[in-house]
Amino acid sequence: MAIWLAQLAVDRWRHSEKCATNGGGSAEADVDIHPTALITETAHGPRIDAANEAGRAAGAAKGMMLADARTLCPQLRAVPSDPAGDLAFLERLAIWAQRWGPWSALDAPDGLLVDVTAVAHLFGGEARLLADVSARFADWGESGGAGLCARAAIAPTAGAAWALAHYGAPGSILPSPSHKAKTPAEDGPSPSHFRQDVQGLEGIQDIMRVLGPLPIAALRLDDDVLLVLKRLGLKRLGELAGIESGRSGRKGEGRGREGRGSEEQGNGRDAIQRRFRNRRSPAANPLIRLDQLTGRVPEPLLPVVAMVAPLVQRRLMEPIRHRPLLDQVLHDLAADMARELEGRGEGARRLELGMWRVDGEVVVRQLEMAAATRDPAHICRLFAMRLDDVEAGFGIEMVRLRAAWVEPLGLTQTDLEAAAEEHGTSLSACIDRLTVRLGEGAVRRPVLHASHIPERAQRWQPPLMPEPTSQEELAFHARPLKMLDSPEKIAVLYATPDGYPHRFRWRGELHEVVRVEGPERIAPEWWREKGSARLRDYYRIEDAQGRRYWIYRAGLAGDGRGGLPDWFLQGLCA
Amino acid sequence: MDLAALPKAGDLARQHAALGSHAPRWRPGLGGAGAVHSEVFASGREASGAAVALALALDGMRASELDRQEERAVLWVQDEAAIRLTGRPYRAGLSEPLRRRLIHVAAHKAADALFALEEGVRCRDLACVIGEIAGNSRELDFTASRRLSLTAERHGVPLFLVRLDAKADLSSARMRWRVSAAPSPPPLWNTAAPGAPAWHAELFRARNHAPGEWILCDDPRNGWGSLVAEKPSADPATPPDHGNLAGAAGGGPLAAF
Repeated sequence: MAIWLAQLAVDRWRHSEKCATNGGGSAEADVDIHPTALITETAHGPRIDAANEAGRAAGAAKGMMLADARTLCPQLRAVPSDPAGDLAFLERLAIWAQRWGPWSALDAPDGLLVDVTAVAHLFGGEARLLADVSARFADWGESGGAGLCARAAIAPTAGAAWALAHYGAPGSILPSPSHKAKTPAEDGPSPSHFRQDVQGLEGIQDIMRVLGPLPIAALRLDDDVLLVLKRLGLKRLGELAGIESGRSGRKGEGRGREGRGSEEQGNGRDAIQRRFRNRRSPAANPLIRLDQLTGRVPEPLLPVVAMVAPLVQRRLMEPIRHRPLLDQVLHDLAADMARELEGRGEGARRLELGMWRVDGEVVVRQLEMAAATRDPAHICRLFAMRLDDVEAGFGIEMVRLRAAWVEPLGLTQTDLEAAAEEHGTSLSACIDRLTVRLGEGAVRRPVLHASHIPERAQRWQPPLMPEPTSQEELAFHARPLKMLDSPEKIAVLYATPDGYPHRFRWRGELHEVVRVEGPERIAPEWWREKGSARLRDYYRIEDAQGRRYWIYRAGLAGDGRGGLPDWFLQGLCA
Repeated sequence: MDLAALPKAGDLARQHAALGSHAPRWRPGLGGAGAVHSEVFASGREASGAAVALALALDGMRASELDRQEERAVLWVQDEAAIRLTGRPYRAGLSEPLRRRLIHVAAHKAADALFALEEGVRCRDLACVIGEIAGNSRELDFTASRRLSLTAERHGVPLFLVRLDAKADLSSARMRWRVSAAPSPPPLWNTAAPGAPAWHAELFRARNHAPGEWILCDDPRNGWGSLVAEKPSADPATPPDHGNLAGAAGGGPLAAF
């Protein structure tokens, strides 16, 4: 849906005049009756931007020099125009227009585009949607006002809607072809005027049939291009489209001769293409505009999104009169604001602190920062200096902090080093640092594994992973405090091959076995080892100096799995 | 450094008179005696060093108020040479409270191990840090140990550094032990079997306690975390009395079945 506010500047000026004179009847009459022009100062003197009805009747037109208009109508009143204000007003209006559709776009300087895809049925059909639009604009502003002069139209593409709003009959609707084929009634799903895939050639022909009689200016072209087209003799959309599709003046002839028709279409299009080959901007190239109008080329629009200034406030149960309390409130507000801004990924450049006093006074203090920030301590420190001269009167009952100007500010890493110096690091931070420096497998935690082979009964996993469920180890098995990565072979002296060891040599030193406990026999896991794997007889021993070890004999003499069994030292006991 | 925290000469003298080097029993892991940074020198052929460090750590953990409320992890850092010499910790052989808490760090070189120790000592979520470094490495000089001591004192995380096969060089550790395995007291039932671990420990530098030699072992009546230091008896044949059931029953030592 396109909405054209034909007299935006004048309407706005009229409203401001009425507000200034408080809606007095005489002033209203004066505003409407007196010929007035809104002017801009240019290098060649004041030029008229817009004129009210009386002014237009008196001969003032847009683009005219004020001096020329004055010759026609000496009593013409000149008022400076306000394009920036008009644009701001249009932006607010675009937000307001989102009442009719999920998003809207500006069509500067005096139009709006609203996406009403699949929305019209909420208003009872497209005709009633348009009626609602015109009614709302008509009594826009204060009651009794003349409202805004608006013309709206609905079409499958933004370009077509714009053309209809500006040059079509008031309240015209161009239904989408698919919709028309299915349900001629109005209250079906609405046309998608932002949808670019209008169904094929038929849809294009439909659009052109309706828009054909419109003047060429409905294509949203620049003035010089319009002049060129006018000199070429192309006055209506239909004529341009006829050239473009190769059927200029011979409508319907191509029906029977498909091949030739397509050839001619190529020719006509090529001719326009050649003429405007170095015009890249859509506003300067009628072909692009025509394609946008018919939906052959997508036309992305920039939606207007409402931005809400972050605002936090505290209503105080008791009015405060003292500075320390105010500082506390400010501190809380700054913390709230920091949280609010952090959630939006923004930092404040300008902050306004409003303090509402019990007796109706409002004290406002402003603060502007050199760079976007949301550090509460920083904000409090800066405000503290501005609060020295605040007159509390009978007390302040509400304090409000508003960030009037915000800028994107990403989340930054806090000062890890300083924080760590103060309070120590958390376990996860500590493990992260260790892992980064020492490697992934260096920091691990021992967990149990379901196996009775001692070296398999323990596995290693990352330290913060949850421990797998397991059966606890059996409490009556004494196990060594530390286990060597691989058992080391020892030479053992024993009385009988399957008896207690008497002394052994490990790493070149002789150990006299004084006390011994065992054997604890651990059989190999036959389901995963070869049949030749030998069982182990474990002994817990203590030598003459009190050193305690865990040694085993791999196999038995005469078990048929090799010769005499070897001895190994596997663990060191506490 | 907080000068007020240092013991006065008079206090020390009184302490010595009360327990000091003359007291027959004391608890090295506890109270004023417990130091934030301890060093344990041990041979690389036995696990005594790590065992004493763990016993001291458990004493501190049992005494600490915070540890009763939450189960904090224990960081055990080993360098590669220490792993080669004495192996890695074995979960089933650890004392009960340590099994779920242990986080093991295998560092390549002594420098990496020192880094891990310092990071661990800085971490507020750790109950204590145990380090095992073999030999006298160039990185572990007085500066490094002083750094570790200061960090540990600042954050209150105890550090027990086991030095395997190392000379006692300059260090700022508050307590320095030299330990070796001692013959264990005979267990109650099987007297031929190795008993509860005991260690011969020489305290050769300490700030809050007089140096001396002791036999360390866990008090069997209290289980883990009750490390007791006793004067080594002159007669090595009679092991120190640590209150086993046989003694408490008043009868002679029971023979094993």
